[in-house]
Amino acid sequence: MSVTTEQVETRVVETLASFGPDASQITRSATFEELDIDSLDLVELAQVVEEDYGVVLKGEDMKELKTVGDAIDLIVERAG
Amino acid sequence: MSSLPERRKVVVTGLGAVTPLGVGADVLHERWAQGVVGIADGAGRASDFEPADHLSVKEARRLDRFAQFALVAAGEAIAQAGWLDGLPYDSMRVGCVVATGIGGQWTLETQLDVMRERGERMVSPLGIPQYMPNAAAAAITMKHHLQGQSYQVGSACASGAHALGSALRMIQYGDADAVVCGGTEAALTKFAFACFENMQALSPTGISRPFDLRRDGFVMGEGAGILVLEEAEAAHARGATILGELAGYGSTTDAHHLTAPDPSGGPATRAIELAIADAGAQPSQIDYINAHGTSTQLNDAAETVAIKQALGAEAKRIPISSTKSSIGHLLVAAGAVEAVATIRTLQTGVIAPTLGYEVPDPELDLDYVPGEARPLITGNGHPPLAVSNSFAFGGHNVSLVIRGVKR
Repeated sequence: MSVTTEQVETRVVETLASFGPDASQITRSATFEELDIDSLDLVELAQVVEEDYGVVLKGEDMKELKTVGDAIDLIVERAG
Repeated sequence: MSSLPERRKVVVTGLGAVTPLGVGADVLHERWAQGVVGIADGAGRASDFEPADHLSVKEARRLDRFAQFALVAAGEAIAQAGWLDGLPYDSMRVGCVVATGIGGQWTLETQLDVMRERGERMVSPLGIPQYMPNAAAAAITMKHHLQGQSYQVGSACASGAHALGSALRMIQYGDADAVVCGGTEAALTKFAFACFENMQALSPTGISRPFDLRRDGFVMGEGAGILVLEEAEAAHARGATILGELAGYGSTTDAHHLTAPDPSGGPATRAIELAIADAGAQPSQIDYINAHGTSTQLNDAAETVAIKQALGAEAKRIPISSTKSSIGHLLVAAGAVEAVATIRTLQTGVIAPTLGYEVPDPELDLDYVPGEARPLITGNGHPPLAVSNSFAFGGHNVSLVIRGVKR
């Protein structure tokens, strides 16, 4: 399934916003730490991504992700 | 046999509650005394509780409803105790004991559905942290930086009272200088209703009328009650406002039947006697009893027997009322919520009635405070003393004695 970066970005931002942070703070360069998004939140994000795009993100993958942009790029790469 | 060590006195400096009568400890007693019944459509729902009013999005989504109730009630109690600007004690000497019976029932059921519908990989990573029964205690310790002993206790409908008893002993014997304690329950799910209904425990009419001849089962409710307990001298030294004293605790077990109380009332009688003795008091000094009073045929009868046996000739004099007549049975939260209501009773000097009590049962011939609220009468210039009972499925009995502040 091909996905556009825009689609993934929208989905990621919407999902992260549901975890607590203000949507306006969720920019590509925002770090998960700044947004108070922890490892449990990222597992939930990975579940959404798996269900929506069939992309499986493992523990080691998640550890490398520091910013919102990192997550969007990895998902697009794996989905493509 | 070795002798008992000396015990410290324990006072109450904060109260918090979330109940079918609203959010707040004051509201609980006020509305009950006014005759408000928080039960509708067969359950006591905490309909005034909006998580967004009290918790951030992140906090709310990581807490099952039972833990949300407890955290909000704890916030109220801790604010009243004057701890919001910082703990008055070494954090490792402040404990947290919060009971729950069923725990994160809503979360458990939701995640079971997720597993069945979407597969195991979609089960929330926050499932266990949300439904584990200690989640309420954990949340409170994290929010308020309590680093002493913390745990959940479980004895069905006696757990809330057991939590207070454990906290009392923890301070009395020096393991803590303060403890945030209580009970919480949020189990009004279809499945939980089915379980209780099929046990024939619930009122088919949806009416809670403890001690009344027509009583036909309990009405389930949800909510939380939290108290801040402190060692008395330390509380006085820091200028805390003392709301009352947790003076006595007695506990026994029926060892009779999973759900029916021992009709002879033996162990329940002993629990009441132990609590009164633990408080260094006499039956003649008891001014009020907050009954377990569930509105079941069996409990209300057995409890009446136990009260008569424990209090003898005084039993006829002492007014008895049941909070469950107003809010239903909050399961594990009951023992703690009712302790909160009892302290408010002693503070205000107003005994709230057993609502819905109209047709006396000839076997249950004590004063259950029918109709309207009435003034609390204390004799001989001593501070008011009340007994609060909790008798649970599994036969666990707890009786607490609470001493009011002299007014």
